Amino acid sequence: MNTIVDAQGSGSSGGSGSHSLPRQAERGVGREEATSYLTAGHGVKSWLFTTDHKRIAILYALTITVFFFIGGAAATLIRMELFTPAGDLVSAEGYNKLFTLHGVIMVWFFLVPAIPATLGNFLLPLMLGARDLAFPRLNLMSWWLIVIAGAFVLYVLVMGGVDTGWTFYAPYSTTYSNGYVVAAAAGIFVSGFSTIATGLNFIVTTHTMRAPGMHWFRVPLFVWSIYATALIMLLATPVLAMALLLIMIERLLGVGIFDPALGGDPVLFEHLFWFYSHPAVYIMILPGMGVVTEIVTCFARRRIFGYQFMVYALLSIAVVGFFVWGHHMFVAGQSMYAGLVFSFLSYVIAVPSAIKVFNWTATLYRGSIVLDAPMLYALGFIGLFTMGGLTGLFVASLPIDVHVHDTYFVVAHFHYVMVGGMVSAFFGGLHFWWPKITGRLYPEAWARFAALLMFFGFNMTFFPQFILGWMGMPRRYHEYPSEFQVYHVLSSAGAVVLGAAYLLPLGYFLWSLRYGQPASDNPWDAKGLEWRTASPPPKHNFPSTPRVDEEAYDYHPPRRPPGGHLDHPSDGRPAS
Amino acid sequence: MEGLSFFPKEASTFAPRTDAVFFTLLGLSAFMTLAVAFLLVYFCTRYRRGSKARHGGRVSKLIDLEFEAGWSLIPLFIFLFLFTWAAGQEFTLFYPPKDALEISVVGKQWMWKTEHPGGQREINALHIPIGRPIKLDMVSQDTIHSFYVPAFRVKHDVVPGRDNEMWFEAKEPGAYRLFCAEFCGTDHSRMIGTITAMPPEDYARWLDAQPTGETLVAEGRRLYHELGCSGCHEAGGSVRAPPLHGLYGGPVPLEGGAVVTADERYVRDSILRPKSQVAAGYKPIMPSFQGSIDEGELQALQAWIRSIGDGGKEG
Ligand code: HEC
Ligand code: HEM
Ligand SMILES: [Cu+2]
Ligand SMILES: [Cu+2]
Repeated sequence: MNTIVDAQGSGSSGGSGSHSLPRQAERGVGREEATSYLTAGHGVKSWLFTTDHKRIAILYALTITVFFFIGGAAATLIRMELFTPAGDLVSAEGYNKLFTLHGVIMVWFFLVPAIPATLGNFLLPLMLGARDLAFPRLNLMSWWLIVIAGAFVLYVLVMGGVDTGWTFYAPYSTTYSNGYVVAAAAGIFVSGFSTIATGLNFIVTTHTMRAPGMHWFRVPLFVWSIYATALIMLLATPVLAMALLLIMIERLLGVGIFDPALGGDPVLFEHLFWFYSHPAVYIMILPGMGVVTEIVTCFARRRIFGYQFMVYALLSIAVVGFFVWGHHMFVAGQSMYAGLVFSFLSYVIAVPSAIKVFNWTATLYRGSIVLDAPMLYALGFIGLFTMGGLTGLFVASLPIDVHVHDTYFVVAHFHYVMVGGMVSAFFGGLHFWWPKITGRLYPEAWARFAALLMFFGFNMTFFPQFILGWMGMPRRYHEYPSEFQVYHVLSSAGAVVLGAAYLLPLGYFLWSLRYGQPASDNPWDAKGLEWRTASPPPKHNFPSTPRVDEEAYDYHPPRRPPGGHLDHPSDGRPAS
Repeated sequence: MEGLSFFPKEASTFAPRTDAVFFTLLGLSAFMTLAVAFLLVYFCTRYRRGSKARHGGRVSKLIDLEFEAGWSLIPLFIFLFLFTWAAGQEFTLFYPPKDALEISVVGKQWMWKTEHPGGQREINALHIPIGRPIKLDMVSQDTIHSFYVPAFRVKHDVVPGRDNEMWFEAKEPGAYRLFCAEFCGTDHSRMIGTITAMPPEDYARWLDAQPTGETLVAEGRRLYHELGCSGCHEAGGSVRAPPLHGLYGGPVPLEGGAVVTADERYVRDSILRPKSQVAAGYKPIMPSFQGSIDEGELQALQAWIRSIGDGGKEG
């Protein structure tokens, strides 16, 4: 690790393309058979009751993959229905249940746990130089909770059905819906505890388990992003739990909380819901930002531009994210002054997002760039997140939102950030750390192809939805006037491409488990402690606790600011 | 209805102003997106591994702080400008002009019912004159709906238990789509209708050709007697209750010392939840009418009380 990596980049590896790195393990060195976490125990029980963060990460990954494809199946049916203006494939009732299922599963059982509970779980201790998370058994409990909650919610949604949308607006959900609202809410309520426990675990781990020498400003930005996410998980999720609990109380006991017929206030529910759900959208994007930072620096062989600003940007997003919820309610009758404040703060929160985009771009300057699959995903993320964030400004402007609120414009906006952004980052991260997690290399050409296909499929699916929304097409419509059809057809066609692009990695990842080349410890020649141990890592991560005596992303000597001293002196301060 | 286009018709006075903000933002966003995309592609080609460009090393000329400050502050100022400009338009949206034509709207699963001041009623349709501000007084019979006319660039949720207001002024005759934009159950996507904007003369002619039902005010007056309000509220009634004539729009001293203005909300609460705000000097004996009258009847009572309010003539 401390050997000097050629800072000019072009030297030793010059010209020979992307496969110049010693990715493949040398024969005989394959340590995998010795003590890898994969072989450290056998049998189903050794997995289901493991407290090893790496195994739990794998359990999570399998779980959310199942949910992702179930949510995806619902999306497929939705897009098929919208191919024609008439509601001919499923009934109106069925359509409403489908988009509810899609939203609930994708948000709470895929996106929220996606990066934190899989890559975060796997990498956080490795990146910090720790043996495990602070509370390994709590970690196992988190997984069990989400499996139980998820299976229950899925059963309710498929067998019974709920038609309220993932937003559960009252009084529809409390009084008028015929679906199994209480059961679904109860399941999501339980999954919240999983999220809270995970958040708590990550926060404590980051505070107390950093390796000697890793002070706060040496922590990789992926860890910072997980840390910021964990703060939101811990502080926002309880509010969701309360909102859902109140829904259940009103529906079961008839206590008037939200339904005006019982003396309640429906707007109160919107406040409670968005007080959780706006911060929650940052749960669904910050970890993606962390992943992209790791990938961009490695494949450009550059230090991240403006490390400290990246940290402040993450933290300010996490904090300000708690104060913009009212931008979901501009037309719900909130006062003009509230509207102005929420609009203003929404503009403010876009600034740190912009800073991050500029810093990633600047990081490429004078890099030594290889466009391997993870990098393609990361670049895709930057482009799509930029578009998603900028359209956030559209919907944050009062007059525009009055027009496009609850139309496909909003649908396109959040899919650009959540699917274009977060899911791209997730795939990028999976590819990047796949050799570390499994000890195998995936087939690079296929992976690049899938990355490009995903980018095009995504834009083809969701760009037409901006136009649809601007033209006035409301969301959650089972049938629609025929002037919108062209764009719906384009979108559905794009979804076919996108679907294929999601299936491809499933295929070649599985293939690589058996036939992939064994990976070396550090196939990308990346920085970061996780690459200092075997691929796949041994049960307790490191033979001996690593010491950190360099900055994060030490791909080349640090730059010199005007004062003449280095910006992050390597004084080897112990972790504080 | 218009055919296919990229661009919804600009049929209200709000539309061009909304679109101006939209296209400014669009221009700016397109510029930012293209700039980022260009830089990404340019850097990835120029600095690809093995290219002749200078890689790595210290970037002493690029001073972090100046760049960071630059790309934090410049966007911040642009954003502040955009916000202020966009917010300015919000003020107009919130204050309907005094001379607006008031039309009442009831949203229910899954239809829109509208009623003109002269008592003409329509379902999933609304005829309006152009060149005159229209104010909608909207209530919901059940769950939340949202009244949305894309060609006018206006939308407002119709939240049950509240009086919801919105206004606009159509400037071009034509037929425009009306959608329900807030998910309200099974046939949400069928809760749609047509707004027909016509020149004032045509509108007057159209009104005359409609069968006029009872006007909202007349219905309110009838209900006032039928529901027994008059038994208490008229002078000489069995119990002592405040007169409703001259109430609307004026100050009301409450039990406990506070003084509130008798607006739509106060009247609604007085009828549905009389115990929440008791008029000073009276006993809290008025029964709640929650559940025994529907939103339409409530709206009629409100209209009547408004018509006999401060400055009202009708008795
Ligand atoms: C049993 C007698 C009774 C009946 C019936 C009754 N009210 Fe009242 N109402 C009162 C009394 C007493 C008050 C004053 C105390 C209070 O504010 O609750 C009052 C207050 C009000 C107020 C607030 C007036 C103010 O000066 O603050 C309104 C508005 C009102 N009533 C409307 C109605 C309407 C409309 C009906 C019929 C649907 C109705 N009331 C039926 C007794 C009655
Ligand atoms: C750059 C900053 C952002 C701003 C200013 C912003 C602004 C907004 C606004 C104003 C709305 C409400 C629109 C409406 O309903 O009319 C909205 C909706 C939404 N945004 Fe964003 N957003 C930003 C980033 C994000 C990110 C990063 C995510 C997710 C990862 C996200 C996810 C969502 C979702 C899910 C909704 C809609 C939820 C629903 O109604 O079902 N946004 N955004
Ligand atoms: Cu939000
Ligand atoms: Cu509706």
